[in-house]
Formats: sequence, C-alpha cells, structure tokens
Amino acid sequence: MQKYSVFSLIKNAFSDHQNWEVAWKDPTPKKEYDVIIIGGGGHGLATAYYLAKEHNITNVAIIEKGWIGGGNVGRNTTIIRSNYMHDENGLFSEFGMDLWRKMSQDLNYNVMFSPRGIINLAHSDAQMNAYSRRGNSMRLNGIDAVLLNREEVQKLIPMADFSDNVRFPIFGGLMQPSAGTARHDAVAWGYARQADSMGVDIIQNCEVTGFDVSNGKILGVRTSKGDIKAKKVGLCVAGSTNILAEMLNMTLPIETHLLQACVSEPIKPLLDHVVTFGAGHFYCSQSDKGEMVMGGDLDGYNSYSQRGNLPTLQHVLTEGIAMFPFLSKLKMLRTWGGIMDMSMDGSPIIDKTHINGLYLNCGWCYGGFKATPASGWTFAHTIAQDRVHDLNAGYSLNRFSNGNLIDEKGLGTKTWIS
Amino acid sequence: MLYINCPHCGLRSQNEFAYGGDATVKRPELNKEISDQEWDNFVYLRKSPRGKHLELWHHISGCRQWIKVERDTSTHEIFKTYKANEAIE
Repeated sequence: MQKYSVFSLIKNAFSDHQNWEVAWKDPTPKKEYDVIIIGGGGHGLATAYYLAKEHNITNVAIIEKGWIGGGNVGRNTTIIRSNYMHDENGLFSEFGMDLWRKMSQDLNYNVMFSPRGIINLAHSDAQMNAYSRRGNSMRLNGIDAVLLNREEVQKLIPMADFSDNVRFPIFGGLMQPSAGTARHDAVAWGYARQADSMGVDIIQNCEVTGFDVSNGKILGVRTSKGDIKAKKVGLCVAGSTNILAEMLNMTLPIETHLLQACVSEPIKPLLDHVVTFGAGHFYCSQSDKGEMVMGGDLDGYNSYSQRGNLPTLQHVLTEGIAMFPFLSKLKMLRTWGGIMDMSMDGSPIIDKTHINGLYLNCGWCYGGFKATPASGWTFAHTIAQDRVHDLNAGYSLNRFSNGNLIDEKGLGTKTWIS
Repeated sequence: MLYINCPHCGLRSQNEFAYGGDATVKRPELNKEISDQEWDNFVYLRKSPRGKHLELWHHISGCRQWIKVERDTSTHEIFKTYKANEAIE
C-alpha cells in the first residue's frame, strides 16, 4: 500500500495526481470466508480492520448493500465524546477516545480529529445538580469533566442568548474538554483502505437476501451476488438490523427511527466548541468549511425512509434559535436523514447470539459515530475469541430480560422520545 | 407533514398528534403467572417492520382520543385509521 505523506503528495503532483493507487479494490466475492461482516459503515469497516490488525484474521469480507460510508457514518454530525454517567458507557467510550486520538497516525489517513470540547448547557438549578453528579461520575472513570457557571459559559460562547427574561436562561454547563469532532467520511475511508491492504474484501452493491443456518449454526449468507459461505458472520447494519433479524426469525429490543441533521450556509469562524441545548434536543458545532452543523430530535415515529419531515426540523431549529438567536439570520444549505437502531434502554448491543457463529452489533441509537473505533475493536474481539471483552460485557443482548439495563437517561422504552 | 385521518375528527395534520408506538404489542393478562420471557416480549421486543406498521397515535391537540393507524414505515403512506377499540380485520 502506498503510504500517504507530504512526500507522496509532492511526488504525485509531478504527474498531475493521475498515478495514485486506488484506496481499495473492488473484488468479486470468494466462495468462502472465515468471517463475513454485513454492513460497510464505520462499525463494519472498523471491525474488519481490527480483526486483521489485532487478531490476524484476514480472510474477511465486508458486504455492503450500497456503497461504503453511504449510511449513518456519512450522515451524522461528527461528534465524539465520552461524557456518560454509567460505568459501562463511560469506560467503553473513553477507551474509544484513546483510539480516536491515535487514529490519523494509526490509519495513515487524516481523520481531522478536533478535540474542541463539548458543552452541555444547563437551564435550572436541578439540571446543574444533575450535571454535577454526571461530571463526578465521569471523573471517577478517568474522563475529564468541568462544571461551568453562567459566567464561564458566557466567556466560551458569548453568542448564546444571555439576555434577561428568556424562557430557558443559561445557569451553567458541563464541559468535556477532550471531546470534539472528526471528518466522518475520512474515518470510513481510512478504515476501508487499511482493511483492504491487509486482505479484507470490500464487496459493495451486494445485498444480503438471507442466511444459511443449520442446527443452530451459521453456515453462510445469501446475497444478490450469490451464496457465500462463512464460519462466522457479524451484523453491523444499524437501522436495518430489524430487517436482517426478521430473516433470522429473531425479534430484538430495537426500533428503527429517523434522525435528521442539517447545515447552514458557511460563515466566518464563530463557534469553537460543540454545544448542546439543555432544555430540549438541539446540538450545534461549526465545520471547518464554516457551516453550522445542527441536529436534534428524532422524527418521532418508526421510519425507514432516510429522509426527514419538516415539523421536526422546525421544532429542532426553534430550540436552536432559543439557544443561539443569530441562527435565525442564516440560510439552510442542506438537510438529510438517517435511520437509527434505537434500543429500548438507549445503550448498544455487542454480543453473541443464540445462533452459533452469528454476532450482533446494533442499538447505537444516535451515538454510533463516536463509538466507531471502540465498537469495531470490541466486536472484532467478540468475533475472534467467541466471547465478549470486559469493555462490552455490559452491552449484552439478554440484559433486557434479566433486568441489567443501562438506561443512561432514564427514559425507558419510549425510544421515539429519547 | 403527515396527514392523519382521525376516526373521530377527520383529516388533521401530524402536529396535533403524539406517537404511541407499536399497537400490536399485547400486555400479558392480569392475575396470570407470567414468565420473564413473556414480560420481555411485551416490554422490550419489537418487530419494527419496514413496510406496513400498525401503531398508536394520541390526538392530543384534538379530541384527545387514542387511535390506531396503519402506516408504511418506508413511504409514510397511511392506509387506514381505526378507533382504539375497533376490531381490525
């Protein structure tokens, strides 16, 4: 594999950039693989990469219905954080933060990781108390957290609404300084390029149409490009999880819902951090191109449509304007939607299943992007060793029936309001 | 914007409604011994199909009645709406 560096850039400039190697090949599927990963998104690509790198399993195929990185890894708002209260989520995400910090070097691909800090705004004394508790829980798990008062928040984001008589006055906030953003497409492409160079077959435009299961053991998958045998199969398909589960006669604690995001026209550098509104669902950051990147509520009813509905967008942006009044002056550049695998406690599932050789990675709700490296790393471990790692032991499939839920927000099973 | 035909009020915009989830989920009978698996099925497990989905909506800014709506989760086409206690064929 050709190494990307300033020298290779200069060298290729002399040939008008016509002679770069392809970043990944376009192979026809083999008859059989040791491991098939279904879903060529961030998690699937990362899983294949860590299978090859950490476990030396390279006879691996990634099967993707569309094109790699065309699903949620290309549709999210690129936020990376580990500001969770519960141990399972905090330790898992903080392990991921470490992988994020090393990612550009590790993948020889600039993922533009920008640890600019995230601020969750508080709008009441009760919320300040809750944030203080969450911040302390984070610090006990070795995650950086700073509780900010109103004046400290105002220094960092003076453009927020600090005027008198607002409906949701800013009391303060909880900040995780090491949180940030990354270039989401680069994450998918970086993992794909490295996985490909280690022998992983990335098979695009190949839809899974069924599974070959016999005596409780997985034997392979049926696809639009023919049947492919496999010793092990891993599912990394986010919002499409229930569609594949139906083919396997499995019912999961997951509903598929639609989440929208949008960007404004580009403006000069204004917002240095990721900021979330505490009185509803709205979050905002500024991209390197200057666009304000925004998102918030789910559309609120089961959906596979991958496109949003305007009432929700209007509601979300009303909250945005309550937080940052200047947003009302901006033009909208683009809006889009992605389908989320909403789990019944808001936490993911990375586990074995009752079918021997079939592994499940789903339930990311709208927190999947930041989890990409940690999810790939732990899922690769689970598949390679046929047992869960300590980091994903809490993310079990049977926690719903045995009561060991990880309900970070305490919202219960109403996934459409979480 | 979805337009939902409330069986009590007629065609109204989605802004008047709140979503109530999968309408096919049945609570286990009272005064009956229930296994953990049955509770799991009722509380947590969902089919979440791509296609036709029977779901509950609450006409909260209208007549305040709960209704059932048969909707396509992929195209958002609404096929039929029912009163909460109406038999569904």
